[in-house]
Amino acid sequence: MSADDVRRAVTRIAHEIVERNHGLDGLVLVGLQTGGVPLAGRLARELQRIEGTDRIIPTGTLDATFYRDDIGLRPLVPEAVTDIPGSLDGRTVVLVDDVLFTGRTVRAALNALNDYGRPRAVQLAVMVDRGHRELPIRPDYVGKNLPTKRAEMVDVSDDGVAIGDVVPK
Amino acid sequence: MSPSQPFAIDSAYVIKGGTVVDATGSRQADVLVKKGRIAAVDKALDHKHVIDAAGCIVAPGLVDLHTHLREPGREEAETVESGSRAAALGGYTAVVAMPNTEPALDNAAAVRQVLDLGATALCDVRVAGAITVGRRGEQLAPLGEMAALGVRLFTDDGNGVQDSRLMRRALEYAGALGVTLAQHCEDEALASGGHMNEGAWSSRLGVPGIPAEAEELMVLRDIALSRLTGTPVHFLHLSTAGSVAMVGAAKAQGLRVTAEAAPHHFTLTDAECAGYDTVFKVNPPLRGEADVAAVRAALADGTIDAIATDHAPHALEAKEQPFDQAPPGMLGLETALALGLTELGLDHQRLLALLSWQPARIAGISGEHGGPIVEGASANLTVIDPAATWVVEPEHLASRSRNTPYAGRKLTGKVRHTILRGEPVVLDAEAQR
Amino acid sequence: MKHLLSVNDLGADGIEEVLRLTDSFVEVSARSIPKVPALRGKTIVWLFYEDSTRTRLSFETAAKRLSADTMNFSVSTSSVKKGESLRDTVETIEAMGIDALVVRHASAGVPWQISQWVDAAVVNAGDGWHEHPTQALLDCYTIRQRRQSLHGLRIAIVGDVKHSRVARSDVLAFTALGAEVTLVAPPTLLPPSLEGWPVDVTSDLDAVLPKADVVYLLRMQKERQHESLLPSLREYTALWGLTRDRARLLADDAIVMHPGPMNRGVEIAAEVADLPNAVITQQVANGVAVRMAVLYLLLGSGAELVA
Repeated sequence: MSADDVRRAVTRIAHEIVERNHGLDGLVLVGLQTGGVPLAGRLARELQRIEGTDRIIPTGTLDATFYRDDIGLRPLVPEAVTDIPGSLDGRTVVLVDDVLFTGRTVRAALNALNDYGRPRAVQLAVMVDRGHRELPIRPDYVGKNLPTKRAEMVDVSDDGVAIGDVVPK
Repeated sequence: MSPSQPFAIDSAYVIKGGTVVDATGSRQADVLVKKGRIAAVDKALDHKHVIDAAGCIVAPGLVDLHTHLREPGREEAETVESGSRAAALGGYTAVVAMPNTEPALDNAAAVRQVLDLGATALCDVRVAGAITVGRRGEQLAPLGEMAALGVRLFTDDGNGVQDSRLMRRALEYAGALGVTLAQHCEDEALASGGHMNEGAWSSRLGVPGIPAEAEELMVLRDIALSRLTGTPVHFLHLSTAGSVAMVGAAKAQGLRVTAEAAPHHFTLTDAECAGYDTVFKVNPPLRGEADVAAVRAALADGTIDAIATDHAPHALEAKEQPFDQAPPGMLGLETALALGLTELGLDHQRLLALLSWQPARIAGISGEHGGPIVEGASANLTVIDPAATWVVEPEHLASRSRNTPYAGRKLTGKVRHTILRGEPVVLDAEAQR
Repeated sequence: MKHLLSVNDLGADGIEEVLRLTDSFVEVSARSIPKVPALRGKTIVWLFYEDSTRTRLSFETAAKRLSADTMNFSVSTSSVKKGESLRDTVETIEAMGIDALVVRHASAGVPWQISQWVDAAVVNAGDGWHEHPTQALLDCYTIRQRRQSLHGLRIAIVGDVKHSRVARSDVLAFTALGAEVTLVAPPTLLPPSLEGWPVDVTSDLDAVLPKADVVYLLRMQKERQHESLLPSLREYTALWGLTRDRARLLADDAIVMHPGPMNRGVEIAAEVADLPNAVITQQVANGVAVRMAVLYLLLGSGAELVA
């Protein structure tokens, strides 16, 4: 995907979100640390633009490290502090991430959201769905379905989406 | 080297191929032993029984002025039997057992008990009697009745005699008996609550310290008391540069003072305590580098007369306590000679003077121990391979305890044979009984 | 890093890492449900040979917020009183299958000894006069909340340094983060040797206060006056206490700290402890988050923290 492809995908996803939720009422965007955070910001601005409103879309960040089921299996230190704007009771939360892979991060994020209240609904928006799911989780909004090998790495940035080999640390 | 054969106690044999080193010098010679005595010392002696000493030093048996045998009272840590085996394996033919047993060796009956236990031991066991009753520093013990049993050295070791007036009286009284008082130098008020050397390490580790001055104050006092009473004083386990300097000055003035140092005080510093391993807890404590250097220099220049082990066994569970609750003390008998050879760089005669004939003189047992190796002398000998290297393995020590601070250390110099009154009690580094 | 025995186990980078992680746990602690499942299934034992309700509660709160299971080894009612050796005690506890031992002991070095005997992680919650690393970490965190960085800050540690594990750990942590530390105490309450300590020393508190960014008051034990270390507590207060008059010498934004429990009227005047400059309550609050960070790093993260 080129930078333009990503931009078009953000616009399309924003339209899908508005269409599906009949507007922006009660909507909260939550970007998953770290890749989902800039994407959530872009989506929020795009939603604001297409609805032609001055209203700021509530946007938060979530680090689900403490909720992961692979704690102790590999080094896991949170990248950043979680920041949820207010209570989530009765709101519609759109979780935003850059890449959907095994689904384990999303599972951890769903558990984490529980501790901030009881949303009316949780939806999932991702820029890339690369397959290889290990849990029954599917996205509501997808930028692009991208078949990959398990060992490959997918990188999403403002410059577009790239697939590469895992660089051994 | 071919393995030597075991011998019956009464049999004759020749110790062949070694270099005889004693107070009179050093020479290539074989030593013929008959009925517990040296029958001849000469080149190319022959006998059907041979103890191989090729490449080895044949020396008078070592003498330890400072051994804690723990019996009676602490048999789980050491016994006369196990301690004497450790001594024999370390090249010692005589040890002086310290009186801080439970109960203390402060009367003739208690002394006789240990002497009786020592009669069948693997080395000659002599006893130091307590200076005061119960080593409590309050009342003079019956020095005379103990002297009558052959006790020549008295000390409250484990504690110093705090009361200056009592120490003066003890010295005056000892003068008449011709015995020597030995002092564990520690001013208890100043040392109070301390568990390691006071200094940079104790400050960093948060462990209450014992200042060097706690030792030095009593050295200073006892030099003064020796001058006042005209009787000799022997200083046990000196550990500080200041103590060494005072003893040197006292000797220069002609005072009858003698001194010993323990192997750990010329090999280890208080930095060893950094990991709170209680095996490094000892009293006097491991000191700083300048103190170690001063002790080494004093051993080389004769200010210190003897290397004494302060062999202080403690059971594992006693040492597995917090640093400030664990008892002080470390093993020494099986490593002292090798540490001397490895660390001090002295010529062999000088080192053996510190380990054998000089301590024998202080212990008052020169007639039997410490050489010289001449016809007619009692055959108390040790045969040392000065080039053999070995690694200290606590589990292979003969002592009942394991508290050696030298675990894993590679040492040069090993005792090959030890001969006690003609009986080879150690052959090829194996105890024979 | 397997254990947290000394501030030196962390080094400057390790301290920074703990403080960064503490931010996440401050956030967790502020939630309506302040609990995360990070240490679910882990068992932590409190091995407190010395009473310290405050430190133990702080650790206990931290562990519970991480969903760890905790057990208390009560020394006063245990076999310790019956002469069981330290090693036997900890080996028995470890045989029950535990993940961490948090140790408080009146003797310096006990956590080091225990770490030699067990496979579980060992956290030093205070050993004799020696160290109290989590206290130093929470102190650093508290200072950073007010001043962003410790670099170049002038910190005066006042009082009984000699017998203080807090002072030893704080000196290591503050100086590792670039602060300039001055010890202020009567000579009887200083360690006998400060060789290798990167600190200044004075006995003149009045000279230090105007320039200090942080004044850290140590607890004055009442027993010290019976050991001829001090003539009297009154004299201590007169010369080294942060009295109301002395507090006027402080810069407006100077921070006043104390590890607790305070002897109001001895090392710190009652009113001074309630000034806005005093962050003593924040220290306690941050203690929980810092200890969460430490327990998480040792037991949960799998991350390597190397000095």
